[in-house]
Parts: sequence; C-alpha cells; structure tokens
Amino acid sequence: MDLITALTIFVLALFVGFEVITKVPPILHTPLMSGANAISGITLIGAIIAAGSQMTILTTVLGFIAVVFATLNVVGGFMVTHRMLNMFRRKKD
Amino acid sequence: MEIDLQTTLVSIAYIIAAILFIVGLKGLSHPRTAVRGNLLGAIGMFIAIVVTLLDQKIIGFAGIIAGSVVGTTIGAALAIKIKMTAMPQLVALFNGFGGGASVLVAGAALIEALLITPDPLIQTTVAAAASGLIGSVTLLGSLVAFGKLQGLISEAAVQFSGQKTLIILSATAALFLAGWLVSDPAFMGAYWALVAIASLLGVVLVIGIGGADMPVVISLLNSYSGLAAAATGFVLENSILIIAGSLVGTAGLILTNLMCKAMNRSLSNVLFGGVGAAAITSPGKTEDDVYAGRVKSASADDVAMLLETARRVVIVPGYGLAVAQAQHAVRDLGNLLESKGVEVEFAIHPVAGRMPGHMNVLLAEADIAYDKLKEMDLINPTFAQTDVAIVIGANDVVNPVARNSNDPSNPIAGMPILDVDKAQAVVVIKRSLSPGFAGIANPLFAADNTLMLFGDGKKAVLELITALGQI
Repeated sequence: MDLITALTIFVLALFVGFEVITKVPPILHTPLMSGANAISGITLIGAIIAAGSQMTILTTVLGFIAVVFATLNVVGGFMVTHRMLNMFRRKKD
Repeated sequence: MEIDLQTTLVSIAYIIAAILFIVGLKGLSHPRTAVRGNLLGAIGMFIAIVVTLLDQKIIGFAGIIAGSVVGTTIGAALAIKIKMTAMPQLVALFNGFGGGASVLVAGAALIEALLITPDPLIQTTVAAAASGLIGSVTLLGSLVAFGKLQGLISEAAVQFSGQKTLIILSATAALFLAGWLVSDPAFMGAYWALVAIASLLGVVLVIGIGGADMPVVISLLNSYSGLAAAATGFVLENSILIIAGSLVGTAGLILTNLMCKAMNRSLSNVLFGGVGAAAITSPGKTEDDVYAGRVKSASADDVAMLLETARRVVIVPGYGLAVAQAQHAVRDLGNLLESKGVEVEFAIHPVAGRMPGHMNVLLAEADIAYDKLKEMDLINPTFAQTDVAIVIGANDVVNPVARNSNDPSNPIAGMPILDVDKAQAVVVIKRSLSPGFAGIANPLFAADNTLMLFGDGKKAVLELITALGQI
C-alpha cells in the first residue's frame, strides 16, 4: 500500500467518522466513548503479527505485551459498553 | 498465485470489518439500536482478528494465546465488576492500554522493518515516530487521569514552577528525537528515547489539569488512542488500522470540542490554564455580599408541600448526586411524584459527571427511562413552565453569573448553563453554601424563588420521599 492510498483512506475515514459520530446523542456519549475505545484496540491485529512472527526475541516480547494491552482494551471495552447499553434498553422494552 | 488469493481474502475481510465498525457506530445514534451497534462492532473486530491469525508470517501461537488469555481475563473482570460511577477511570485505563499497545506494535514493526532493509521507507519511520509520540502521551496521560479519578493522586490541578517550560522542553525534545529517528532509522535508541520523553510529556500535561476538567481530558486521550492506532496502521501499511483509528480519532475530537463548548473554554485553557489549582479568591463580590440575609433554608416538609401542588418538576442532577450515591433515591422520588400526576423530567448538563454522558449512564443504571433525560438545549426553554426545579449536587452549571459574559474576572463567564432560575420555584439540595469547582458564589442560592434544603443528597431525598408520603 503506497502512501497516497493510505492517506486517502485516512482522510476519507475521518470524514465518515465525523458524519457518523455527530449523530450520536449526548445521552449515549459515554457508551460511544467506551465503544470507540474498544474499536481503537484494533492495534491488536498488529500485536498478533508481532507476537506470532517471532522475528527476534525483542519483537516477540513487545508483541506479547501489546497483545495483553490490546485484548484488555478490546474485550473490556466491548463488554462494558454492552453492559451500559443494556441499562438504557431495560426500561423501554 | 495462492498468496495473492489469500491477500485478497484478508483485504476483503478487513473491508467487512470496517463496514461493521461504521454501521456499529451508526447504531449508537439511538438507544434502541445501540446494543446491536456495539455487537456489530465486536463482530467486526472478531473477523479482523480471525483473518489476521491466518497470516503466513505467524509461526508460533503461544505468545498470542497467552497474551490474549491474560488480556481477556483482566478486561472482562474489569468490565463486569466496575461501578458505573467509576466508568471514567475505566475508560481512561482502557484508552491508555490501547495507546500503549500502539507504541509497542509500532516499535516492533520498526525493528522488523530494519531487519529487512537498513533504509525503510520514510513514511514508515514518520508514522512510527507519530505512533510512539501519541501512544506514549496517551498511555501515561491516561494513567495519570486514572489516578486522579480513582483518588490515588490529587484531583486538584497540580501546578509547579517551570511546568510550562517542562512541557515545552519535553515536547521539543520529543520532536527532535522524532526527526532523528526519521533521518537515521537504524538508530532504534531514538525511538525508545522518544517513547520515554513522550511518556514524561503525558504525565506533566495531565497532572496540571483539575478533576472537573476530566471530561475534556478523557475525550482528548480517547482521540489520541485512535490517532495512535491510525499511525500504527501507516507503519504496518494496514487499512483497517487506519480506518478504525481515524473513526475513533474523530469521535474523541468531536467530544473534546463539545465538552470545551459546554464550559465555554478553549482547549488550551483547559490543558494549560491550571483551573482548579486552588480556591479562587473571588474578586468583586464576596460570598457574604451574595448570600447575607437572603438565603432561605427549608425543611423537607416545606419542600414536600411545594412539590405536592406542582404540575411539572425538573430534577437537575450534578456530580454531587453521584458522590452521595443518591441515584436510586432520586428515581424513587421521581416515581412517587409521577404517581401523584406530576410531570417529571431530568435536565442533564453536558459536563455533569466526569466524562461526556456520564450522568445519563448513572441515571439509566438507576432505571430512569432514557426519554426522561433531557439535554440542555431541549430542557432550557421549558423551565419557564416548570413549577419546581430540584437541583441536587450541581453548582456551577446552574450559576446565573455565567450569563455575565463580559466580566473578565468571572471564571465561568459565557458558560452555557441550565436556566433553573427561570422556574417558579427552585429547591437546591446541598450540604452547605460552599462554592463549586469554579470557586465562586452562586446567586441562585440567594434568589427570591430559591429554597435551600441543606443536607447530604441521598438523606435529603429520602426525607423528601417520607414527607411526601405523609401528606
């Protein structure tokens, strides 16, 4: 992937993000933040490759710690968001 | 040919994951669709992880499995056990770990790139430097924010001499090291030195910010964690990291902007203003000028009589309500009033709580229906038709002084407030007349139509419920 392609993706994603996020009402801003937070744990896939490709001991160790950090972020983030959103659903259904 | 096929399949899977992230975030535009939205995001993440595990570069799974077991266990335990009042520090912690992961991944990727060629692409080194810088600020900044919110370190804005100089010096040093790394990528030491300096920068930046400004800080760190992931995406030349990272980056920036607007302060004033360092000795009017002889104290019975005849009541919760753990008592009060035919709504200021939307979560946890939670712009026009506004644990966000936007000595000048003073009667439940975070007196407490119900938030509401029941 060349730099221009990467930059194109980056800029377009920023605009998509702006369009989508501005529609989230203030009442859901906390779950938005924790949910978005979970999504930013996407670094996990880079961590998986670093930990699994085992090119050097150092990269394997760095990858391992990164896997711990990122899974914590991803799993914890999605779960706690789910827990909160269920509270908003409870009363109405 | 086979490898090409696999690369294509992986790319398609990443596109699907990106779509699921976007549709998932879109689901958060309404409480009804939000649960499904979050699940879609999680499915997107799952797909991205599974196809990554098929990558041919991976020769051993031991580290991956061990790491994900540890991370999942801790993350799940925190997610299940955390109290809703502690949500801000949990999100700060998760943010920090996300940023930390980006730093490590970018570092590892740089080392691997150097094994292949001594002269990697400039975009790789620039992106690695960005990831190391932003990710480290996120990690340490988030840990400090966590410490403040958890009460492990002083919630006040810690100010020391030379603080700004230290910030400027460490930021300059970080940029210098980033430049060094780009011009001489073979020197990995520059990367780790950059990480160390940026970590210091993260600490000094956040330690100087007061507790009530945490909604801005957490939003900003949220944005940084996304941008760090996007930068790592540039290092790895991986589209899904770039997409997901920039989505989160914008989410955080939008929330940061909203929080700043809600306090009528610029981002630089929040970050560097040191607001909340010490009690501000309010110039101009002293507390005595504002309060002397004008404050009317009421009993729970007095307030119950007032509520008995009301047709519309608006409850204004502030962070003090959460501190007093009064959410459930307030729900019961609301239900009791409704059973008497009173219309009850809740007015939520954007910075009520310690992170954006925090108060809504606390009230939703207490089973208060979300359609009763009204944001500031919607509820403000209705105060004129409100018989009683009950303010619980809020102060600065209902201080009419904020409307005097021309007074330079007024720390909350121009801050949008809830117009509770326009209600027929105002009841303020508060321990004392002590000032809020801004450190200034609140003329609302001395207004003709205001009654003060002094006491602990939860106890006072429970007494109100008893008094109402006896009428």
